Amino acid sequence: MKHLDVAAIKDGSVIDHIDSKSTLKVAEILNIQNEEQVVLVGVNLTSKLLGKKGIIKIEGKIIDQKEVNKIALIAPNATVNIIEDYEVVKKFHIVVPEIIEGVVKCFNPNCISNYNNVKTRQHVVSKNPIKLQCHFCERIMSAKDIVLI
Amino acid sequence: MVSFKQRNIISIRHFNKEELLYILDLASRMDHMDHTDMLKGKVLASLFFEPSTRTRLSFESAMKRLGGMVIGFAEPGGTSTAKGESLSDSAKIIEGYCDIIVLRHYLEGSAQLAADVVKIPVINAGDGANQHPTQTFLDLYTIQKTKGTLEGITIGFLGDLKYGRTVHSLAYALAYFGAEMYFISPPSLRLPADFLETLKDRKVKCHENESLMGISKRLDVIYCTRIQKERFADPIEFEKVRGIYRLSKTMLEEFGIKDGLKVLHPLPRVDEMDDSLDATDFAVYFHQARNGIPIRKALLAAVLGAVE
Repeated sequence: MKHLDVAAIKDGSVIDHIDSKSTLKVAEILNIQNEEQVVLVGVNLTSKLLGKKGIIKIEGKIIDQKEVNKIALIAPNATVNIIEDYEVVKKFHIVVPEIIEGVVKCFNPNCISNYNNVKTRQHVVSKNPIKLQCHFCERIMSAKDIVLI
Repeated sequence: MVSFKQRNIISIRHFNKEELLYILDLASRMDHMDHTDMLKGKVLASLFFEPSTRTRLSFESAMKRLGGMVIGFAEPGGTSTAKGESLSDSAKIIEGYCDIIVLRHYLEGSAQLAADVVKIPVINAGDGANQHPTQTFLDLYTIQKTKGTLEGITIGFLGDLKYGRTVHSLAYALAYFGAEMYFISPPSLRLPADFLETLKDRKVKCHENESLMGISKRLDVIYCTRIQKERFADPIEFEKVRGIYRLSKTMLEEFGIKDGLKVLHPLPRVDEMDDSLDATDFAVYFHQARNGIPIRKALLAAVLGAVE
């Protein structure tokens, strides 16, 4: 029987292949502190692909597209598995979208999107490393500048 | 085929080399044209949330010389903005009163936001420290007219490169023409790192310096800018760099210049450029300001579909 570093869940979502250092940021995006069911978080697990990886398993939750878009910015190599009765019923790689809306705050304090309740919008100009260009003020943000809303 | 009909003029990034040259060619034709009725019956709304002399008046003059009419305001004090109305709402309402909006605003991205919420064309007349595309068109036009070409020039940008939107727009445009660029500023007013990276990605040969000394001899064009007090949140930071450069005839003679050097400045100037330059052959900044008319006539006529 295969040994699991992090125990299995019966129904819910597994976010795997997270760059290990980004695991807790992904956990923050998924707001795990407010989950009522079991949440398992593993970091520094052995990975052929990444060397070290992180994994998050959330019982009873199917993650939505908005959350996937946010995770894509922090962990572009991650995969998402949807689990039902201990079986993977759906598996997908996270894809960084071409346009990000309402997810990332523009890092330019003088940008109109930081005023007047304007919905933020960025064009993804590079997926790896991630670079986002603000639709409004045109400034380009790299990973270190990204602040999620 | 190049067409500007009903297009927004928001950022120089939205235009390719062919489109830039199309407007310069049209401006050259407009330069020799007197009053016409080409835009008769059309109304331009001139919305200036920030002070302006050259841009606002040259837009109004250009529109009137083409037979059109102008409504608008030169400062937001007497408008609904003072009551807290959002820019989106103001734009949607004013859209009903005009055929084209010319907008200057202190927040970056404001022209794009307005263009996103209205169906008529929007021309960005300067959005914070971001873009000033019509100034860039007239800067390109001035360089082309005075140097005879835009191809392969060596240009030195001097002054406030951090907040100077005209610098950002012009540098981006000149990248199409194989320019070599020197960015001369105090460390606190350097070109933003992300913008410098964009230029380098476009294979522009870029250099950063703190003085013109040793560089002026290599330059075909010096683009001098004012250090803009209004962009500094902290007045102490402004005082540290105020008057740090003062371009003068004596300085250029001492440092040495290349034959045919031209000095441009988007104006207004304060103390960064001495009056002694005005009578020299390389001072073209007053001519540059006048070029606002043919360029803005060309853009208005092209966007409003009066020329093909």
